[in-house]
Amino acid sequence: MRTPSLLPDVSLPGGGRRRLVRGGIVAACILYVGILLLLPLVGIAYTALESGASKIAETFALPDVRHAFYLTAVITVITVVVTTFFGVVTAWVLVRQRFLGKSLLNALVDLPFALSPVTVGLAAVILFGLGGWLEPFFQARGIQILFALPSMVLVTIFICVPFTIREVVPVLEEIGKDEEDAARTLGASIMQTWRKVTMPNIRWGLLYGIALTTARAIGEIGAVLIVSGLIKGQTETATLFIFTAIEERLYAEAYIVALTLAAVSIVLLVTIETARHRIEGRKGRT
Amino acid sequence: MSTPIVVEQLTKRFGSFEAVSDVSFTARGGAITALLGPSGSGKSTVLRMIAGLETPNEGRIWLGDVELTPKSVQERRVGFVFQHYALFRHMTVRQNVEFGLAVRKQSKSDRTARVDELLELVHLTHFAKRYPDQLSGGQRQRVALARALAPRPDVLLLDEPFGALDAKVRQDLRQWLDELHRELGVTSLLVTHDQEEALELANQVVVMHEGAVEQVGSPGEIYDDPKTPFVAGFVGSANVLHGVVRGGHVHLGAFRVPGAEHLTEGAAATAYVRPHDVRIAPKGSNGHGRDGADRALGRVERVSSLGWLARLTIRLDGGGDHMLVAHVPQSELDGAAEGDLVSVDLRNPKAFDHEEVRAQE
Repeated sequence: MRTPSLLPDVSLPGGGRRRLVRGGIVAACILYVGILLLLPLVGIAYTALESGASKIAETFALPDVRHAFYLTAVITVITVVVTTFFGVVTAWVLVRQRFLGKSLLNALVDLPFALSPVTVGLAAVILFGLGGWLEPFFQARGIQILFALPSMVLVTIFICVPFTIREVVPVLEEIGKDEEDAARTLGASIMQTWRKVTMPNIRWGLLYGIALTTARAIGEIGAVLIVSGLIKGQTETATLFIFTAIEERLYAEAYIVALTLAAVSIVLLVTIETARHRIEGRKGRT
Repeated sequence: MSTPIVVEQLTKRFGSFEAVSDVSFTARGGAITALLGPSGSGKSTVLRMIAGLETPNEGRIWLGDVELTPKSVQERRVGFVFQHYALFRHMTVRQNVEFGLAVRKQSKSDRTARVDELLELVHLTHFAKRYPDQLSGGQRQRVALARALAPRPDVLLLDEPFGALDAKVRQDLRQWLDELHRELGVTSLLVTHDQEEALELANQVVVMHEGAVEQVGSPGEIYDDPKTPFVAGFVGSANVLHGVVRGGHVHLGAFRVPGAEHLTEGAAATAYVRPHDVRIAPKGSNGHGRDGADRALGRVERVSSLGWLARLTIRLDGGGDHMLVAHVPQSELDGAAEGDLVSVDLRNPKAFDHEEVRAQE
């Protein structure tokens, strides 16, 4: 099948120049995105793979590396579960409900975008650290929050709060309330309406939000660095491993772990994008 | 299938705004009742309260002798058709129609039979596997209707069902809905701002304005015997003539309109006269007035053709700046042309106290 060219054949005088300008803008964009986004990735990939297959296998066999990946996975899974559940509920409340303080809640959701992760980490230290506001409560019950998994999960959730909400809200706004109302008049319970109407309608926005959350949770370092206490083999996530590995001049290990993290995130985003195109395409949608 | 809907003193407030105030009416069982009014008159809110999609602040809703007010939406068994179809976009036509049966846990074979029956009823059997965005507006609304009817609702509620469609499709669907209703006889409540739609489809019309009921009656009563100035002005077109009450007539300069016996002498009043109730005769002829005094002269300013009707704009003589629009069959035009002086006779005028008119404007 012949695909029509986006750029029309221009034979008028000056058409060549216009085409040149347009071509120039396209090239500039490609260069901009390419150099800024792609080049560092290629650099990491090249350096990591250069160290050879045996080095890669060796790195993955290190107990510290394995534990770091395990910790990152645990934090990510908990974060995704929590932000997905509360994110969908919050998005629904923000779109469908009218209440006092709605615009305040709406603004609060974006707070993690505005704050430096380091600030978030410090806030956690103020709350749970020695002499912190909530420290006596947990101390009395023998629960260790700071320098342990709970605080690392908490700060990661904090930082990931906006993603799902910000992906789901516009979808809910666009589809409107009519379909939910229709389902209810047809005899569906609130849960049935959720399962059969609302969820299928927001699924792509939600999946995209989950993908972004996952990528962010995997890559988080600032806040986690502060609350973790950097205890090797205990509170060291994959990103923290990279951080310390570089200080210890274990460059190859650092690059290999970094490439793995990047690959997971990219594969995730690409998979969701292609799946969406394929499924929507099958229904004859554009 | 022919249970009446009774609405008693329904009131709904959104914040400090009263969208519906003290609305009562009965929608006859098995008939189509139209809720007619301009946008913002509260008619859709009334419909949504009957469906349970909004909760009234005051008042009660009955379906026959069963009170609906405390029931949840899904317990009410109403069929609801939305202006913008509200089809489930991720489901096929078949799945859409089946939805109400599936959530009520009917057996698969019953469901299939019922869906087939309905798709046939709305002439969409061949579209069963399509998705809503592969259908035209008219087809989508037919799917929506089939979906609403599938669980055999006690009543059918239609919220501006043809509002999003173009004129031709609208006309076809209106006729089709009329036939469908004759076949099914399900109590139906139709919300519309289109008076033609209401008068054509409904057995009974409830005219609403600013959250309150203006008049309830048959289409004929609403059109021929409006009880309030709003109904007179909103339903059908009308000449609006402002004057003063004297001797049971509304006087406009030298011209007087009968039918103001119920109004206070000397009060300001407004008379409403339909364009087709304006009769003209060549000046000097005997014409067809009831008594000579009610007739006046007017100058024809403009004649335009509406097909078999002619539309005349007439300036009344000796009465300030009063203009009349008359619809006269071409055959009765009697050669009247622009610039001619004609004798004017007004039939069936409706006079209202001016205060009453202003209160409603």
